[in-house]
Amino acid sequence: MRRDETTVEYVKLEEHVFSVKKRFLAMYKKANAGHVGCSLSCAEILVLLKFAWMRDDDTFVLSKGHAAAALYSLLAEADVLTPSQIDSYYEDGTQLPALPPVNAIREIPFATGSLGHGLSLCAGMALGAILNRQDRRFFCVTSDGELDEGSVWEAALFVAHHKLTNVVWLIDRNHIQGIGRTEEVMALEPLDAKLRAFGFHAVTADGHDFVSLLAARDECTRVLGGQDMPVAIIAETLKGHGIRYMQDTVDSHYLPMDDAQYEQALEELTDAHGAALRGYRNAG
Amino acid sequence: MRAEFAQAMLALFQKRSNLVFITGDVGYMALEAVAETYAERFINSGVAEQNAVSLAAGLAREGHLPWVYGHAPFVVMRPYEQIRNDVCLHRLPVKLVGNGGGYGFGIMGATHHALEDIGAMRALPNMRIYVPLTAADINQVIDMMAEDPLPNYLRLNTSAPIPGVLPAFAPWRRIKRGRRCLVIGMGPVLGNLYELGDQELLDEIEMWSLGMFPIEDMPADLIASIREKRCVVTIEEHYGTCGLGEALSHLFLTHGVFPQSFISLHAAGYPTGRYGSQRWHQEESGLAGQALRSRLEKVIRG
Repeated sequence: MRRDETTVEYVKLEEHVFSVKKRFLAMYKKANAGHVGCSLSCAEILVLLKFAWMRDDDTFVLSKGHAAAALYSLLAEADVLTPSQIDSYYEDGTQLPALPPVNAIREIPFATGSLGHGLSLCAGMALGAILNRQDRRFFCVTSDGELDEGSVWEAALFVAHHKLTNVVWLIDRNHIQGIGRTEEVMALEPLDAKLRAFGFHAVTADGHDFVSLLAARDECTRVLGGQDMPVAIIAETLKGHGIRYMQDTVDSHYLPMDDAQYEQALEELTDAHGAALRGYRNAG
Repeated sequence: MRAEFAQAMLALFQKRSNLVFITGDVGYMALEAVAETYAERFINSGVAEQNAVSLAAGLAREGHLPWVYGHAPFVVMRPYEQIRNDVCLHRLPVKLVGNGGGYGFGIMGATHHALEDIGAMRALPNMRIYVPLTAADINQVIDMMAEDPLPNYLRLNTSAPIPGVLPAFAPWRRIKRGRRCLVIGMGPVLGNLYELGDQELLDEIEMWSLGMFPIEDMPADLIASIREKRCVVTIEEHYGTCGLGEALSHLFLTHGVFPQSFISLHAAGYPTGRYGSQRWHQEESGLAGQALRSRLEKVIRG
């Protein structure tokens, strides 16, 4: 890809991220809901998958279901969900509860939220596609606190043993879990070495930077083409990324935004978006 | 019933092309032919029941008909949340098969017994449970499960020693007629009545077998019998809590059927803290042998 084409790609992805974040911030504000930080940490990962990696017949499972608002916003960005559906988020009678719903939206194959299910579900669907002789891929985003669940490692053993190269596992590594920092609650490091020991080709990327994420994508695509090793991307992220008062805090997992905080969040988001575009254009 | 189950799965493979057989690393000297026949559709998912059930949900979503086989306690209890969330809530046709229901694993001890499996599965949405009585039921049960669009749990146990030819498997079956008392059983433990060797006692008993949950109806013949007989006794190799007796007492009340007396015979767990064969545990719970005979005599002969 030529450099100016690459710049166009980055700019397109940044525009999507800006739009997705603005939408879910508005959703959280209207609902007076928490989990804002969880969605901010994985927004770029979701946009990467939907707009720069997945094909139409690929499937995505958000195993960290508590970031459902980011997923709903992403699906609205892709014209899968309508504005009125988005408007119903958190309302009584909605199809869009705080965590993903059961059998309501085709693009959400499984209701998640209880952690540690997504990778197994993807493994099952991936195996199903192989048995059906279909060339389809299954993308799973887990959190890092989720890796405390033993079932994640059951799934990891399975994916590696069966060399499921139609599964892509992305870990939103924001270093914060329920009520503390991962390394203080239940240390995960060295995570890349753990994944390698389980039989994965592990790639570490900056989960908020599309140069890094697209490079990780390309490396994974190359490895998966070899058909003998599954891949996992450790996306280094910050919970509450981009909003100073939230960034890298446990609070951003739980607390809704008051009016002033919401205004501040929008302002910082807009500034950061402008800066990101200028950066790409200057680089291009 | 394990051998018959393996045979039935082999027969089913000739009829359906979308089967996947998942075992949680059990089935020694039982599943070898299944593994060979199912080939790439046979998965030993290792000692990892949570992953096995979610895998099955994923496979079902892609149009396959997955069977997850293991020891009853491990298939039901370990992956309970995966069964609820990934299978039942999504109404996926995943077929769970628990070998050794009740005290089936005998001297293996309490961790290997399943005395609450039916109750645990009954509590889940969309779940349909199959409890065969004899090995002769298995083929038909497997065919029914393959056609059933819902999640299922099959409880395998040691086949009941019931003489003669029984009616085909059905949710309700009258196994024999009798004069004074109704005994309703769930699973092979019902057959223990035939082993008492007391024909006179047996002649007093009308026997019914319940083979499926949830209970969707009550046959008119059964209602008539309950109204006519002196008592109803339920027998199950399962804890009383959430078991057959509780289910039937609710069913009777909602149908306006009031037996003159109602007695639930069920597993007592481990009252002495000692262990033995399946039969030994059944006897300790009053579900077999002299203890069962005494309880029935007391009810029937007063």
